[in-house]
Amino acid sequence: MRGGEAIIESLKNMGVKTIFGYPGGQTIPFYDMLYDSDMDHILVRHEQCAAHAADGYARASGRVGVCVATSGPGATNFVTGIATAYMDSSPIVAITGQVPTHLIGNDAFQEADIIGITMPITKHSYQPKNPDLIPSMVKSSFEIAKTGRPGPVLIDVPKEVQEGELTNFDDSLIDTPGYNPTIKGNIRQIKKARDLIRQAKKPLILAGAGVIISNACCELNKLAKTINAPVMTSLLGKGAFDETDDLALGMLGMHGRKVSNDSINESDLLIAIGIRFSDRTTGRLDSFAPDTKIIHIDIDPAEIGKNVDIDLPIVGDARNILSSLNKVLDGYKASDDVNKWTEMIKQRKQDLLPRVTYDDVPLKPQTVIKEISEVLTPESILTTDVGQNQMWAAHFYDTQKPRKFISSGGLGTMGFGFPSAIGAKVACPDNPVVSINGDGGFLMVCQELATVHEYDIPVIAVVLENRTLGMVYQWQSLLYNERHSQTLLGNSPDFVKLAESFGVNAVRITKPGETKEALASAIKDNEPILLNVVVDSEEALPMLPPGAGINEMIGEYKLEKDVI
Amino acid sequence: MDLEYHIISTLVEDKPGVLQKVAGLFNRRGFNIDSITVGNSEVEGQSRMVISVHADKKGLEQVTKQLNKLVDVIKIKDITKNAVKRELCLVKVNIPNEKARAEIMQYSNIFRAKILDVTEETLLIELTGDKQKINAFISLLENYGIKRIARTGLTAMSRGV
Repeated sequence: MRGGEAIIESLKNMGVKTIFGYPGGQTIPFYDMLYDSDMDHILVRHEQCAAHAADGYARASGRVGVCVATSGPGATNFVTGIATAYMDSSPIVAITGQVPTHLIGNDAFQEADIIGITMPITKHSYQPKNPDLIPSMVKSSFEIAKTGRPGPVLIDVPKEVQEGELTNFDDSLIDTPGYNPTIKGNIRQIKKARDLIRQAKKPLILAGAGVIISNACCELNKLAKTINAPVMTSLLGKGAFDETDDLALGMLGMHGRKVSNDSINESDLLIAIGIRFSDRTTGRLDSFAPDTKIIHIDIDPAEIGKNVDIDLPIVGDARNILSSLNKVLDGYKASDDVNKWTEMIKQRKQDLLPRVTYDDVPLKPQTVIKEISEVLTPESILTTDVGQNQMWAAHFYDTQKPRKFISSGGLGTMGFGFPSAIGAKVACPDNPVVSINGDGGFLMVCQELATVHEYDIPVIAVVLENRTLGMVYQWQSLLYNERHSQTLLGNSPDFVKLAESFGVNAVRITKPGETKEALASAIKDNEPILLNVVVDSEEALPMLPPGAGINEMIGEYKLEKDVI
Repeated sequence: MDLEYHIISTLVEDKPGVLQKVAGLFNRRGFNIDSITVGNSEVEGQSRMVISVHADKKGLEQVTKQLNKLVDVIKIKDITKNAVKRELCLVKVNIPNEKARAEIMQYSNIFRAKILDVTEETLLIELTGDKQKINAFISLLENYGIKRIARTGLTAMSRGV
């Protein structure tokens, strides 16, 4: 067995059936060996999209996503994808080719120190110096990528290592004495949490992606129901709790639901789970829940107290801790005070439901999201790009199940939406997968239309066309005296013709009702399709201006109850 | 930002890139590492790194936690209090005249420094001690004209069991 074959075999041992990649000079041996294997390979049209697809695959399935690129420019094209996965704790294994060992450091053709470049954005990295190391390095990469707080791992494989014969190897995990993620929560801390919950009169739960990653959604649901506390989520926490539930308030943060942003500072206890209190979630720190006791449950000790001062930290796996917490809460009955608070918040939620009903042309993005909501089932997977499109989706789309809302939160990577949808669809072929994009971000990755066409991956790409870089445009409108510097995209391209040139069907949508109709038939047809939805470029999202507190939103928050 | 002096002792795996990762984490926070020393530890395959750095408390706590997250980092301890600190310094000093030679050799005696190399014009002296001692010795030699200084940076170990 040669090095490249060892990579493929090891991946298969890890349960991998599909990888995403793009060949090049220093991966020719690997691809030659792949030719004889039964491993599925999706040829993307840009390496960054291979990384995003692996990321989408991982987020949709909970399994490790794998992507492959060549050395040098192939590897550096991975960087954005790896950083995206790192920021959002997504388990991917990125494999890169490298120039032969004897040339490393010589500025050889297509040489880049990709391990050095990606050091701050990977959880770990390996470079096998001989083929015998490959099986254990691949195995260890998966172990590190998916355990503890997940993240990307890079394996950089010099060309001659791919070609060399394995002679003496074993596939045991590499000993890593410094890597021992804490899984089990400290029971004394958990009992203290129970006591805080018993004393609380106005509890709130804030759920982040950690709840989804640790598969703790049932435990979260049980906790929320037991203590009768309303639940907010971060952007990436969408789906941790059924957003159609009475107790669900929706997303908190810069573009969060008004009910969440208005209520958080009134609570006397915040139970934050699997969340890192990003600046986009909290607003200005000193006015974030200043009088609220905060319990912070997270697997990463480095997140405790990083941004927000914590009254009670519990380090460990969210599922493990929530299940213990539910046990020690056995027999708990919510007090009258709590019930009164929660009823008040529920009523506030009804009063503050955001407006989604419009019959305007050009279409209001809210209506487009509403129509999409009406067609999609709880099992459908929605991925988003970054910018206004993402926030329209996050704000107005109710996600009911975990791993069904996929978005680039931490890095905010434009161009993430479409390729991550490809990965999600490959991971979950039976679930409808819709990606919501803006016209700016979609054009960064539109070449992947070729991928969905060639492999017949029935992803539905919604492109909200407003001919602006909407989020920056909105900031310029609200905060920079409407000086729209470099955010007008002109009238090119014609997205329908663009899709058709790749052999992908496309529909242009301009009126209310058409999105719903087109989406329903797209799901039925089960073919790749682009829905080019023309929306109003002047519609702005209510937002927290930079430096504002969580309850200081600007912009008109239009309410559904005001619809005449 | 109130910067305090800290000595961090870390046990790491003896692998390429570890030093770069550790230094990188300090760098990201904008902390300037005063010195960093690395060498074999009592365990084969593991190195001990002693980092001295000026940092604010909250920032350092964050860096320490981030260091702990590195797969190659096994243990971290802030040993600022209660540490024995030593540094080794090599200094090459000019000898302007015979009187100077005698004086320098006398100073070396007082400081328990060792003379490693002698020429007509220079002396090469080795001194071990804490920072203050080495600084004091160097400032004495400055009067004669120092040709070259090489310092190892601080290594340290906590007292007691």
